[in-house]
Amino acid sequence: MPSAQRSLIRPRIHHRDIKERLVEAFLFICATSAVAVTTAIVVVLVYESAGFFERVSIVDFLTDTMWTPLFAEARYGILPLLCGTLLAAGVALLVAVPLGLMVALYLSEFAPVKVRESVKPFLELLEGVPTVVYGYFALLFVTPLLQNVIPDLPGFNVLSPGIVIGIMIVPYVGSVSEDAMRAVPNALREASYACGATRLQTTLRVVMPAAASGIAAAFVLGIARATGETMVVAIAAGQQPNLTLDPTEPAATITAYIVQVALGDLPHGSIGYQSIFAAGLVLLLITLLFNILAHLLRMRFREAY
Amino acid sequence: MSAVVTAVPFATQSVSADPKVKSRIRGLNFYYGNLQALKNIDMVVYEHAVTALIGPSGCGKSTLLRCFNRMHDLTPHTRYEGEIRLYPDDVNIVSSDIDPIEVRMRISMVFQKPNPFPKSIYENVAYGLRVRGVKARSELDGRVEAALRGAALWEEVKDRLEEPGTALSGGQQQRLCIARALATDPEIVLFDEPTSALDPIATASIEDLIISMAGSVTILIVTHNMQQAARVSSYTAFMYLGELVEYGPTTELFTRPRHQRTSDYLTGRFG
Repeated sequence: MPSAQRSLIRPRIHHRDIKERLVEAFLFICATSAVAVTTAIVVVLVYESAGFFERVSIVDFLTDTMWTPLFAEARYGILPLLCGTLLAAGVALLVAVPLGLMVALYLSEFAPVKVRESVKPFLELLEGVPTVVYGYFALLFVTPLLQNVIPDLPGFNVLSPGIVIGIMIVPYVGSVSEDAMRAVPNALREASYACGATRLQTTLRVVMPAAASGIAAAFVLGIARATGETMVVAIAAGQQPNLTLDPTEPAATITAYIVQVALGDLPHGSIGYQSIFAAGLVLLLITLLFNILAHLLRMRFREAY
Repeated sequence: MSAVVTAVPFATQSVSADPKVKSRIRGLNFYYGNLQALKNIDMVVYEHAVTALIGPSGCGKSTLLRCFNRMHDLTPHTRYEGEIRLYPDDVNIVSSDIDPIEVRMRISMVFQKPNPFPKSIYENVAYGLRVRGVKARSELDGRVEAALRGAALWEEVKDRLEEPGTALSGGQQQRLCIARALATDPEIVLFDEPTSALDPIATASIEDLIISMAGSVTILIVTHNMQQAARVSSYTAFMYLGELVEYGPTTELFTRPRHQRTSDYLTGRFG
């Protein structure tokens, strides 16, 4: 395009530089604020827990089999809470892993486009159901149902909320696994079909192994969510810390304990108050552990395609 | 009309005097939804020869190739009309009565981009056998070795069969894919622009391989590269806008094209 008047290249314009810098600084603050908040949470947790551990020895905390901070004769063993948490998460996973995987397999490899397009929003809707609803669903629907099968099942137990948490995280596990499977390039599916494989063989022998890292990550993220789940267990599992591996017994989880105590009127700085932070710190460490595990799994299964 | 591509060295393989017919295409139409991608194709594929499909982008050459192993069945709203007869069985492999998986058991395929599975070299080659239910280790071992030898890859990988196939170089990956296609002892191997993602040296080795394979298996190859068609094939089909414009022995088609369009394409006037 011929221009009649060609302007000269001008020297550096300062106000433009300043504007750019301001925008950059603003974005930097936004980006770091999330990190800062997380750091602050960790600092508070550690600080308050430190106060707790001045009064309770770590050895007692980790080995005592009773958690009774609000009793006259207080005991501070995290094991019962830890056990309840992992038990509930374990039951949830037994439900969520097979169901979530099947949902993902169906949606990614078998469902016609129209079905997938209409089912996925429903799954995401399921994720939006308030957890308190799931809690009462566990207590008032699933538990009575289970009592038909297991007659002497107590009204509060770990099994029922575990199953319900499992159902609750199916959409999540399914949706993350489905994303992983859909990310497998079509060229691999074509190669498999061209070898004479059926759709099921292609799914099980090519797509799933190729998506293994993503599927494993989905499971671990599912565990993290099940571990952190609060309302369902607080409502349906009972709130008595109980060192047991039997899911038909009532028990309390770390999250349920925190809710229970935080709702009461504990004086600031009391040991009961500080015990919340110690329990929270343990929860944080567990989640961190799972995230590291997810990371390692990803490295282990990473495949180049 | 003068010879158009005289500088091209032709394949040493000659057209045999009385070639056996491996497959006969009759009145083949193919539709993507309402779009007709192949129009009334009539063609013969000769046994143990390389047949090249050439033509500009969108001419239907890949579409025709993928009719042979019914890959279009994986896409909804596709439709075949007419027939591709496979001999000696004398069945129409695009008929809806024929199971596409049965067809793919006989006719294997090598794709444009090397697409090894994220599995070991061994398992990549064994895949087609495993999906057929072959479990015996001795049989698998023998056929994997034979296929890798057939793809001129055995010497390079025999000591590292357990390494992932994806760790090989591009040319090796494509030869691995050829081994995978050969392992099941196919009657026809389809090549869909098998060298378009490779460097010239890897391309040359794949071309040599295709020529050497032709003695034992029937080959159909789609290529953008006319020199490649001239180098590897005995027969060439030139397609344009879904129609088969001209088909014949490669030397004849390249030196004495009968149609103006073929000649224009070969001389680079379009496409």
